[in-house]
Amino acid sequence: MRIKSSLIAILFGIVSMQALAFPPIKHWQTTQGGLVYFVASPGLPMVDIRLVFDAGSARDGRLDGIASLTSSLLETGAGQWNADQIAQRFDEVGAKYSYATHRDTSWVGLRSLTQADLLEPALGTFQKILSQPQFTREQFLRVKDQKLMGLKQQLEKPGYIAKKNFYQAIYGEHPYAHLVAGDIESIKQIQLTDIKQFYQQYYVRNNAILAIVGDLTESQARQIAETLFKQLKRGEKAKQLSQVVLPKKANKKHIDFPSTQTHILAGLPVLTRNDEDYFPLYVGNHILGGSGLVSLLFNEIREKRGLAYSAYSYFSPLEESGPFTMGLQTQNKQSDMAIELMQTTLADFINKGPTQAQLMAAQKNLTGGFVLRIDNNKKLLNYIAMIAFYQLPLDYLDSFPGKVSRVTVDEIKAAFQRRVKTDLMQIISVGGYSE
Amino acid sequence: MIIRLCIVLFYSFSVYATEVQERVLTNGLKVLVKEEHRSPVVVSQIWYKVGSSYEPLGITGISHMLEHMMFKGTNKYPAGEFSKIIAENGGRENAFTGRDYTAYFQTLEKTRLAISFALEADRMQHLKLIAEELEKELQVVMEERRMRTEDNPRAKLQEYLMALAYSNSPYRNPVIGWPADIENYQVDDLLQWYQQWYAPNNATLIVAGDVQAEDVFKLAEHYFAAIPGKAIKTLKPHTEMEQVGVRRMTVKLPAKVPYILMAYKVPSLNTVAAEWEAYALDVLAAVLDGGGSARLPARLQRGQQVASSVGAGYDISGRLEELFLFEATPVNGQSLLDLEIALKTEIRTLQRDAISAHELARVKAQVMAQSVYEQDSLFYQAMKLGIAETVGLGWKKAEQYRDKINQVTAEQVRWVADKYLIESHLSIAYLEPQTMAANAKPGVHHAH
Repeated sequence: MRIKSSLIAILFGIVSMQALAFPPIKHWQTTQGGLVYFVASPGLPMVDIRLVFDAGSARDGRLDGIASLTSSLLETGAGQWNADQIAQRFDEVGAKYSYATHRDTSWVGLRSLTQADLLEPALGTFQKILSQPQFTREQFLRVKDQKLMGLKQQLEKPGYIAKKNFYQAIYGEHPYAHLVAGDIESIKQIQLTDIKQFYQQYYVRNNAILAIVGDLTESQARQIAETLFKQLKRGEKAKQLSQVVLPKKANKKHIDFPSTQTHILAGLPVLTRNDEDYFPLYVGNHILGGSGLVSLLFNEIREKRGLAYSAYSYFSPLEESGPFTMGLQTQNKQSDMAIELMQTTLADFINKGPTQAQLMAAQKNLTGGFVLRIDNNKKLLNYIAMIAFYQLPLDYLDSFPGKVSRVTVDEIKAAFQRRVKTDLMQIISVGGYSE
Repeated sequence: MIIRLCIVLFYSFSVYATEVQERVLTNGLKVLVKEEHRSPVVVSQIWYKVGSSYEPLGITGISHMLEHMMFKGTNKYPAGEFSKIIAENGGRENAFTGRDYTAYFQTLEKTRLAISFALEADRMQHLKLIAEELEKELQVVMEERRMRTEDNPRAKLQEYLMALAYSNSPYRNPVIGWPADIENYQVDDLLQWYQQWYAPNNATLIVAGDVQAEDVFKLAEHYFAAIPGKAIKTLKPHTEMEQVGVRRMTVKLPAKVPYILMAYKVPSLNTVAAEWEAYALDVLAAVLDGGGSARLPARLQRGQQVASSVGAGYDISGRLEELFLFEATPVNGQSLLDLEIALKTEIRTLQRDAISAHELARVKAQVMAQSVYEQDSLFYQAMKLGIAETVGLGWKKAEQYRDKINQVTAEQVRWVADKYLIESHLSIAYLEPQTMAANAKPGVHHAH
């Protein structure tokens, strides 16, 4: 009886979504060849702009953390303005400047009101930051010291130590192997000339995409895109990253740490953004450890045994194979038991695959809740920027529910067996030594 | 010129804010609806007027424990069913507990609001509390405490500071509770707490999203009207004793980086005699730490370069007397005392000289813009109403916030700095790092 009514709910959900139709993504190239992705989102007089560069920590080379340090320095002086003036110029029009570095990308963003006399000065400042950063010695030394202090503080956290060791273990020599912020030793080595060189090589038109979401007309968006791209040097697209080499064998590493809990991470590199196994693995993981309060890992570890506050698994798809990660934290004396439970839960799932009922529940959740993923400008912007950077099809969002619904139990089972190789699994634990 | 801009802003934005609609059911349940038709989504939140500041000693953290137990089932929907049903309907859900509230929420595609109401109405009155489930969930909460506090030196410093700054206000206790209290909850404690506070007349139901208010009121009537109201005991005032001198402590913990917290006793909007003072304190916090051009980052991070990180904050919406907080990490070569002096110098400047018209306009421009940006999040809009309503301010106060901030003058900001940021109402905590290897056996262990 309940199944029947839920089925109707699914049908209804899908029908109403088709009727809704997503705001279309408009895509074009500026006269200079800059790639632009725009979604008009009227309703609130605001706009989000994000310029994404193929300049993530995978481009750090021998100086781990340089990508991240470079992006932090952009706002500390540009054109004729120093750091204080830049901050004032944004604040006085209520604009928000933001930036981030990830493994594949560094991006800079602007959130502004669309009222012309507010948006124009904000855009002016934003353009200067992108195209004429000063990179003064004083600001370089200050921000570098700030980063060093931040990294030192990270060493207080068992979760950080676990993450650092986990990436090292699963990626070995690959540029994904270090954390985005780098580490104390590598940051110390970075010189101002390295920063300038990194900027000149990677913050260029051919290495960027522009995503815009907000209350603008297409012609306004075109205008903004033209001006932005015109000020960037043409440059070259970054080279293809090297392929990830999988670890040679499974390994378990424990690091002593003066904490009451042991933090555990386990996994290996698996998934790329354009992977043909993407949907079976994604939906499968939703059942295994991706669906919050109802996943298998959550159920086994927290609901049945009270071993941890959080227990999860996820895939982070990247340009090259991104990690599959399982994680939890538990008091030291339980850590062996928890690791074993995590492994058995995964092994069971890989051997047997999900049940039909589990798959249906996951599909209902993913399709029925699909609108929740794009119900505001901020979430839309994240999707658009991702679609643009990884060159996913423009109908990615439209086709998402359909692709989720078509995944079968057998596909999930086969994809997990082929890709999530437990005989190569790397397990890191950080905490008090368990007897 | 910037002042003029703000006025223009304010005028044109008032067009966009949609009205909140209110209905109170006969059993006392207050229902608030904010229609927002940008996306076919609805957020439903139910806020109970109970949180850690309601708790007597010995059972601190019990509101949070009960929040966890609320997912453990009723006769109609046994343990796990609630979350399963929400998940199958594409929903997202969770709950959170604060000093003054416990709130539960679901986000759903708009046609499924009834599912959320049916489930929340059921667990408002039929929660089954079982010893066996409590035993397990208590372990989960202990793990949560270890993760959030025990293994985090800065969180610990904050916990110690609260207990130092407040003498008798229940704000001195952590929301999650003291460890010995958590370990000793009994089913009966939870049952009593549930019976005492979970009632329609002690709750507010807030719905924001692509709905029609009238439909929501009808639906709320259908699911919640039959739940009887209860006599809710009036809370004892717990008014904080006046502080009559500076309080200091040094906390020694395994850590790598020193850290300072400073806290001044200040009124909240709920406790203040003249309301403008609370709004002026809020502007003061923004002058210090609102945006990159604010005084603390501009002067202590970039100018004097004494702080590696620095911040200030004030929560205008506490139910009880609040703290105006400062936090900072020194740069290499500077001591915590250097930072304390630098922070106090900034405070003295604000007490002596009124901020410039330009600076005030910059703060207001940000508040105005923020009032537009925050409408991008349905969840946040509902949350704002929930907090204001639950701490006793009433949701209308939340709606007036922007206007009230706009009326604050530079002299008022100077006045509240001078009146409230005074030495005898200050508590200071230093984190003095101890070597981290102390409790650990040395070395890295490999196993295959």
